[in-house]
Amino acid sequence: MEYFIQQLVNGITLGSIYGLIAIGYTMVYGIIGMINFAHGDIFMIGAFIALISFIIFGLTGVALPIILLLVLLIAMLFTACYGWTVEKLAYKPLRGSFRLAPLISALGMSIVLQNYVQVAQGARVKPMQPMISGGLEFFKNSEFIVTVSYLQIFIVILTIILMGIFTYLITKTDLGRAQRACEQDRTMTALLGINVDRTISITFIIGSSLASVAGMMFVLYYGVIDFYIGFLAGIKAFTAAVLGGIGSLPGAMLGGLLIGLIETFWAGYVSLEYKDVAAFSVLIVVLIFFPTGFLGKPDIEKV
Amino acid sequence: MEKKDIIQSFKDSLFTGLIALALFGPIVGLRTASKGEGLFITPQWGIVFLLVGLCILGRFLINLNSARKTEITFFSKFTSKFSAITEDKAKHFAITAILFAAVFPFLPFTDRYFMDVAIMILTYIMLGWGLNIVVGLAGLLDLGYVAFYAVGAYSYALIATTFGWSFWICLPLAGVFAAFFGILLGFPVLRLRGDYLAIVTLGFGEIIRIILINWYEVTNGPDGITGIPRPSFFGLPFKRSPDEGETSFHLFFNLEYSTMHRIIFLYYLILVLALITNYFTLKIRKLPVGRAWEALREDEIACKSLGVNPTNTKLTAFAIGAMFGGFAGSFFATRQAFISPESFTFIESAIIVAIVVLGGMGSQTGVVLASIFLIGITEMFRDLEQYRMIAFGGAMVLIMVFKPKGILANRKPTILMHGGKK
Repeated sequence: MEYFIQQLVNGITLGSIYGLIAIGYTMVYGIIGMINFAHGDIFMIGAFIALISFIIFGLTGVALPIILLLVLLIAMLFTACYGWTVEKLAYKPLRGSFRLAPLISALGMSIVLQNYVQVAQGARVKPMQPMISGGLEFFKNSEFIVTVSYLQIFIVILTIILMGIFTYLITKTDLGRAQRACEQDRTMTALLGINVDRTISITFIIGSSLASVAGMMFVLYYGVIDFYIGFLAGIKAFTAAVLGGIGSLPGAMLGGLLIGLIETFWAGYVSLEYKDVAAFSVLIVVLIFFPTGFLGKPDIEKV
Repeated sequence: MEKKDIIQSFKDSLFTGLIALALFGPIVGLRTASKGEGLFITPQWGIVFLLVGLCILGRFLINLNSARKTEITFFSKFTSKFSAITEDKAKHFAITAILFAAVFPFLPFTDRYFMDVAIMILTYIMLGWGLNIVVGLAGLLDLGYVAFYAVGAYSYALIATTFGWSFWICLPLAGVFAAFFGILLGFPVLRLRGDYLAIVTLGFGEIIRIILINWYEVTNGPDGITGIPRPSFFGLPFKRSPDEGETSFHLFFNLEYSTMHRIIFLYYLILVLALITNYFTLKIRKLPVGRAWEALREDEIACKSLGVNPTNTKLTAFAIGAMFGGFAGSFFATRQAFISPESFTFIESAIIVAIVVLGGMGSQTGVVLASIFLIGITEMFRDLEQYRMIAFGGAMVLIMVFKPKGILANRKPTILMHGGKK
C-alpha cells in the first residue's frame, strides 16, 4: 500500500511534466491540424535554457524562490522565441499545402534543433546539483516510508497554477476566443476580422512556453539532461495528447497524467526495462476501443 | 526601389537580428562544460555576433530581393523544368539510370568509397520504394518502417547464425517474418485515421527497438549480433583461402583475389533487389489491389460504398511494404555482418519517409532522386561530422518550403477515364 502511494506520487509528478508538453501538441493540432514534431525539441531547448540560467543565477547567491521565478520567466521567454521562429520558418510557408508537407518539415526542424544543440552545447550529459532538497515523510512506522519531496510538491502546484492561468486564457479572454474560433473555421474567423496568422503565432508561443516550464521541471527533477531528451519525452507527450483525445485541452492534461502513472506503475511493478513499451502498448489498446481518445470529439466525415 | 522601402527592410532586418540574438544568445553564447564538480559556463560571444550578423545581412538581402520578386520564382522555375524533363522522358531516364547503375562498378573513377556510398544509396532507394507502397500508393503514413527493416535484419541474422542456412533461403524467410509483423501491427491499427496511424507506427518502431535492446537471451541486447555469414555467389564464397572441399569465387573464375569482388557482388545484389521492388510496384499498380490502394488514398468513403474493404486492402499494402523492408533488412545484415539495435533508430524511419515525401509521393523516379540527394548531402558533409545532420534536416525543411509536393510533383494518375481523352 505504501509502495503504491509512493508510485502514485511519482506518477503524478511525471504526468504533470508530460501534460504540459502535451498541451503544446494538442493546441497546434487543434488549430492547424499538424503534428508539430519539433515540439519535443522545443521542450529540450527549454530545459537547456533553464539549466544555463540556473547556473548563472546560482553564482549570484539570490534567494531560491526568486531564482526559480526568474529562471521560469527567462526560460519561457527565450523558448517562446524558438517556437515562434520555427513556426515562421518551417510551417507558415506550408499552410494550405498537402497534409504530409508540414509533418516532414517538422521532422526536419526536429533534426536541425537536436543537432544544433548538440553542436552548440556538446553531446555529453549535463548534470546539475539539486536545487530543492528535502521532503515530507509519511507512514514513518511502516516498513516503507513514503517520501513526497518539496520538489514534487513544487512541480504539481506549479502545474496546477499554470493550468489555471491557461484555462482562463483560453475560455475567458479575447485571445482564447480567437484561438478557439480559428480551430473551428479558419476562413470564417479571418472574415470576421481576426488576424489568423497572429493567433497561430500566439498558439505556438503559448505551447512553447508551457514546454519550457516542463523543461525546467525536468532539469530540476532528474538533474541530468542532454540534447536527446526531447525525442522520447516528445513522443510520450504526443501519445498523451492522443490518449486524451487530440485537440482537447483537458484531454491533454488527463492523457499526460495517465501516461505518467502508467509508466511509473509499470516501472514499479512489472519491469523497468520495458517501461517505454508500456506507454505505447496502452496507446494502441486505447485507440482500438476509443478511436478518438478519451475526451476527443468524434469527427464526422462528410462526403 | 524607394527610400522608404529600404528603411523598412532595414528595420525588419534589425528585428530579425534581435530575434536571432534571443535564439543564439543562451544556447550558443553560453556553452556549459563540466569542470571537476558541476557545470561552468564558457561564453562564446564571438560566434553569436557572427551568427546574428549573418541573420541581419541575410534578411536584408532577402528583403531587397523580394522587392524584385526573383528568388522564389527562379527556384521553382528551375525545379519545375527539371521535373518536366524527367516526367516527359521518364522511360529514357529510367533506362539510362539502370544502364549507368549496371556499369557503375567498372567505371574508372569508382573506388571502394564510391561503391560503399552507392550500396548505401541503393539500400535507401529500395527502402524508399518499399515504403512508397504504403505511403505513396495506399496513403498510410508509416513512421515506424524501420521496425520491419529491423525484423528482417534480425530474422536473417538469427536464422543464419543458428541454423547456418544460406542467404538465399534466409532472404525470403526474413521477408515473410517482416510481412507477418506488418500484419500483426496492421490488423489492430489500420482502422485509425492518418495522424493516429503515424503515431502508433512510430510507437511500434520504438517497441521493436526496446525489445531488441532488452531481450538479451535472443538478440544479445545492445551488443548486437556478430559473425553474420556473408552471402556467397551461388555457393562460391568470397574468401581468400576457402575451407576444405570448397572453391571460392576467385579460384573458380581464375581471378586474382580482391576484396572488391564481394563489394561488387553486394552492389549487384542490392541493385537487383531494388529493381525487383520497383518492378513489383509498377506491376501491382495495374492490378485490382493496386488500383484499390490508390483509390483508398484518394477517397476512403467512395471506396467503401463501392465495396472495397478498406482494412484488408490497407493490410495488404502494409504487409507487402513490410516484406520489402524485411528484404532490405536482411541485405543490410549480410553486408554489415554485424547488427545492433543502434542501426534501427527513429531517425532511419524519418530518413525513409523523407525520401518518399521529398521525392514526390508515389513517384518511383522521385525516390531515386531524393535518395541520391539526401544521402549525397550527408556524405558531402561527412568531414563536418556534427554539421551533417543539421544540413540534412535543413534540406528537408527547405525542399518542403519551396517544393511542398516533392521534387517530382506532377505525377500523372495511373489510370484516367476514357484513356485520358475528352
